[in-house]
Amino acid sequence: MSVKSYRQALNEALHQEMARDPHVIVIGEDIAGGAGASGQQDAWGGAFGVTKGLLGAFGPARVRDTPISESAFVGAAVGAAATGLRPVAEIMFVDFLGVCFDQIFNQAAKFRYMFGGKAVTPFVLRATFGAGTRSASQHSQALYPIFTHIPGLKVVIPSSPYDAKGLLTQAIRDNDPVIFLENKLLYDTVGEVPDGPYVIPFGEANILREGSDVTIIAFGRMVHIAMDAANALAKEGIDCTVIDPRTTSPLDEDTILESAEETGRVVIVDEANPRCGMAADVSSIIAEKAFGALKAPIMKVTAPHTPVPYAPNLEAAYLPDATRVAAAARAAFTYGK
Amino acid sequence: MSGMQLSRDELLNAYRTMRTIRVFEDRVSAEMASGDIPGNTHLYAGQEASAVGVCFNLTSTDSIASTHRGHGHCIAKGCDVDGMMAEIFGKDTGICRGKGGSMHIADLSKGMIGANGIVGGGPPLACGAALTAQILGRDDVAVCFSGDGAINQGTTAESMNLAQIWKLPVIFAVEDNGFGEATAKSFVVAGEITKRAEALGMAHAMVDGVDFFAVHDAAQEAIARARRGEGPTLLHIETPRYYGHFSGDPDNYRTAEEKAAMRLERDCLTVFRRRVLEAKLLNESDLDAVDAEVQELIDGAVKAARAAPQPGLETLTTDVYVRYV
Repeated sequence: MSVKSYRQALNEALHQEMARDPHVIVIGEDIAGGAGASGQQDAWGGAFGVTKGLLGAFGPARVRDTPISESAFVGAAVGAAATGLRPVAEIMFVDFLGVCFDQIFNQAAKFRYMFGGKAVTPFVLRATFGAGTRSASQHSQALYPIFTHIPGLKVVIPSSPYDAKGLLTQAIRDNDPVIFLENKLLYDTVGEVPDGPYVIPFGEANILREGSDVTIIAFGRMVHIAMDAANALAKEGIDCTVIDPRTTSPLDEDTILESAEETGRVVIVDEANPRCGMAADVSSIIAEKAFGALKAPIMKVTAPHTPVPYAPNLEAAYLPDATRVAAAARAAFTYGK
Repeated sequence: MSGMQLSRDELLNAYRTMRTIRVFEDRVSAEMASGDIPGNTHLYAGQEASAVGVCFNLTSTDSIASTHRGHGHCIAKGCDVDGMMAEIFGKDTGICRGKGGSMHIADLSKGMIGANGIVGGGPPLACGAALTAQILGRDDVAVCFSGDGAINQGTTAESMNLAQIWKLPVIFAVEDNGFGEATAKSFVVAGEITKRAEALGMAHAMVDGVDFFAVHDAAQEAIARARRGEGPTLLHIETPRYYGHFSGDPDNYRTAEEKAAMRLERDCLTVFRRRVLEAKLLNESDLDAVDAEVQELIDGAVKAARAAPQPGLETLTTDVYVRYV
């Protein structure tokens, strides 16, 4: 166990799984960087440095820099998965899935079902997501609800270095297609991470904090904001439970419902847009299955129904923050009292 | 070895497979009219020499990606005909247990990685199958069957480039039947299809898709090149499409005269018979015996499919994942 960054944790998972299984390959744009150029090879190690060092360790056959042809290389990864490899494809920004979505939701997601249970497609798609980098509307979205909607896909959103490594290891070993989304503002965050390989099963939420007054459910980087809010509220005498579902598909409904039934007051924090987002989805599950336990309306803290803006003041207003989460929790806590 | 040098058994096999596709498709068309087949089908009749000529050079560890017009490719790659017919009828005994239907027939154990409801869905997948072979050091190849319609999809252009830069063992078999749905190729395809390969430095050939032997020989050369690690080839295979785009298509955008002439002058089965008879490789009674045998096979497949049970309702929610929760 040692302190590592979220980026290092992911890199370690890739290294260890590639060393463990020769069927694992990584494929994407500039995942090494510098290919065909006169200077340094493995120059980038991925646009965010997550795949650094893999080229030297595993060679260009298994670490493939691709043309900027997302449909071709994502689809090739899907086809390779269906025929015996375990490809990990990287898309720099989840927004770019717009140009290759067919290969994800019509092909990879559906092989097993439409081929009568005979296909196995162990395909991982890694992509960054999230606002806060002044990158505007086409490089900042939080599109995990779209993938969560599709039967046949699993969707993972790690919030800590420990979860990042354990969940990526599970994703690579998993026999179903997995969409693995990394919030770019988390890459430099640090935490304790075991040195050896380990897996975190999908569909098991992490309870970061237990309190009997309000349940806060948060996804990805929003988990940190929820914790900030919960720590502030504790000083006011409001005790919050904070739940990180870690995967949106499968979703750990049991943990969410158990806590909702205990507190009766729920806040959901979701960086995605509000319509058909995770906040809407989870609140519908709670409303349907724990209605009798609710003491207050379910509060949703989300981005607005707008694209991500560029100007720093607008982007700050776009993103949920601890102040908004605390206000929502306070409103839930005092409702009906 | 040229197709004309195939053994007597091989020639009979090629003819049997082409005849099986023809009778299968004509029968599906007739059964569609009865109303007992759900949904829709896109029939391959007329194009048989393409699927069979290409797949004759493949083994079960080679892969093919197919299209919405995929029955012929499936049969040519060795998919079970009974299972296919049952699938089209939506039955539990179907090759995909009734969950895929006509447009999603697949048998990965035979290297048939899927018909595809998306035009242009297959090229990236075929590159993936070829990538698997390349990385694992196998001499398997992948064939991407697509139509002239898919040549205008970005996935095709992207995949051709990817295959060429990585020297993937993939063959792009573009079956040009002159129509993308109801629109003529001449209206929507700019330039020559082979020039698109030429621009990438990719090997290419024009092939008469009515002549099994022409397809066989061109595919053999392309597949051998791929197995040698020399990269992809595009085959532009010109072929007729006997039926409309889909089974209920009135096909009124072609004149009756044009359609009659097409069936008369461009029938790969007639051409095959003429060529093997002229060369005295097979005799008339050999071929007639195959015809009778195939008729019996398809009759049996339809009878079995009609008698088979529907999928159990409990299968509605199974096989979405290998393991979920």
